[in-house]
Amino acid sequence: MDEKLKDDVLVCRCEEVTVADIKEAIKQGARDVTSIKLRTRAGMGLCQGRTCEALVQQILRQEIGVNPQEAGFSTPRTPQRPVTFGTLGGENFNE
Amino acid sequence: MKQCEMLVIGGGPAGLSAAIEAAEAGVQVVIIDANEKAGGQLFKQIHKFFGSSMHRAGTRGIDIGEELLQKCKDLNVEIWLNSLVIGVYDNNVVAVDVKKSLTEHELVKVQTKKIVIATGASENAVKFPGWTLPGVMGAGAAQTMANFHRVLPGKKVLMIGSGNVGLIVSYQLMQAGAEIVGIVEAQPNINGYAVHASKLTREGIPIYTGYTIIEAKGKERVNQAVIGKVNPDWSIVEGSEITLDVDTITIGAGLKPLIGMAYMGGCKLINDRFLGGWAPCHNYNMETTTKNIYVAGDASGVEEANTAIEEGKLCGVSIAESLGYLDSTKAEELKKAIWNRLAGLREGAHGTERTGAKQKQLEEYTKAMEG
Repeated sequence: MDEKLKDDVLVCRCEEVTVADIKEAIKQGARDVTSIKLRTRAGMGLCQGRTCEALVQQILRQEIGVNPQEAGFSTPRTPQRPVTFGTLGGENFNE
Repeated sequence: MKQCEMLVIGGGPAGLSAAIEAAEAGVQVVIIDANEKAGGQLFKQIHKFFGSSMHRAGTRGIDIGEELLQKCKDLNVEIWLNSLVIGVYDNNVVAVDVKKSLTEHELVKVQTKKIVIATGASENAVKFPGWTLPGVMGAGAAQTMANFHRVLPGKKVLMIGSGNVGLIVSYQLMQAGAEIVGIVEAQPNINGYAVHASKLTREGIPIYTGYTIIEAKGKERVNQAVIGKVNPDWSIVEGSEITLDVDTITIGAGLKPLIGMAYMGGCKLINDRFLGGWAPCHNYNMETTTKNIYVAGDASGVEEANTAIEEGKLCGVSIAESLGYLDSTKAEELKKAIWNRLAGLREGAHGTERTGAKQKQLEEYTKAMEG
């Protein structure tokens, strides 16, 4: 299979980030999951990296030999699951 | 703000077991579960478990699930269903998005003395051209569809991965009426137990060892899969490509612990490939480096339902002891018995690696607390 087809493969479905985008971020100096996320938005979507995190770690390993320890993970932040503003601050808010 | 003594995030085998053990001693427990029914993955485990009788061999996961739920009911353990923890905050406060109806949600804050993280694991993805097409899904997702929701995900299925999940799910999809076109395994040997694999080969299902998925083809959804033999350097052997007509590709490429809650709780995480990647380190009581936050089951490193149950019990006993519901002599006796059973469960295939990895978590905990 040619490289072009492989580079077009999506890594982060939520934010539509491809293999080529991740490789470009690595070229720009990204060395871990967080710096890839900051440059490409991979892992910033609805699933918060639950799907693409391992794929980004894999590309980092294949491209520049980053080990899992160095690659890190997609930093979990609040809210960890999608929640509407209405629910967050709504009249039913239970203090 | 709602108050409780012990809050369990996730009502799977680990969470339910933690709750039961603590509630039996008198602890007031609330379990938060994301689904419409608690039990985690147990209710799709329609097969009988392996191991010794002590470890419930010969019992089906669904029966263990019903049993645990009944015990929770008898012990007045509160279970919140359709409820999502959106974060763990200072002073043991947890925020929960509770679904009241299709359109109505309520955010409830709970202040608790003890937190048990029993969130389980998520499936690993594999990327190849076409992997985002409808019809390509996790093996665990396919199992949930078929065994829990009773919807057959497809009629012609290719399974990627020959670990126990890949093998068991293939067999169950076949029982549910799907044709298993084949099982693809990049390693030279079948990864899971031979007893599972031979059940499939007896049915004439081909297991392609040394093969990988190259591409999923299709427009609206997947209708073909291309596989090929792999060279030692992971390139494809020229001319080895096989095109298979499929409507579903299921991926059984392992699991990784869900670490979101532990990270937010400030727990120290370490990476170990034998436990699925990043997971919190913990002590003999399953308490993480953050005081009052405990972890059990796949969230503390991917293993299986039996170890999850035992780790959950450890949390329950330790918490009951810490809150003064169990005297330390009795608690120590119970914990010792549980650790012995865990040691038994961690024997056998891949057991040495898992035992070593779990040992490392205990050591890293000690280092972190001393440092």
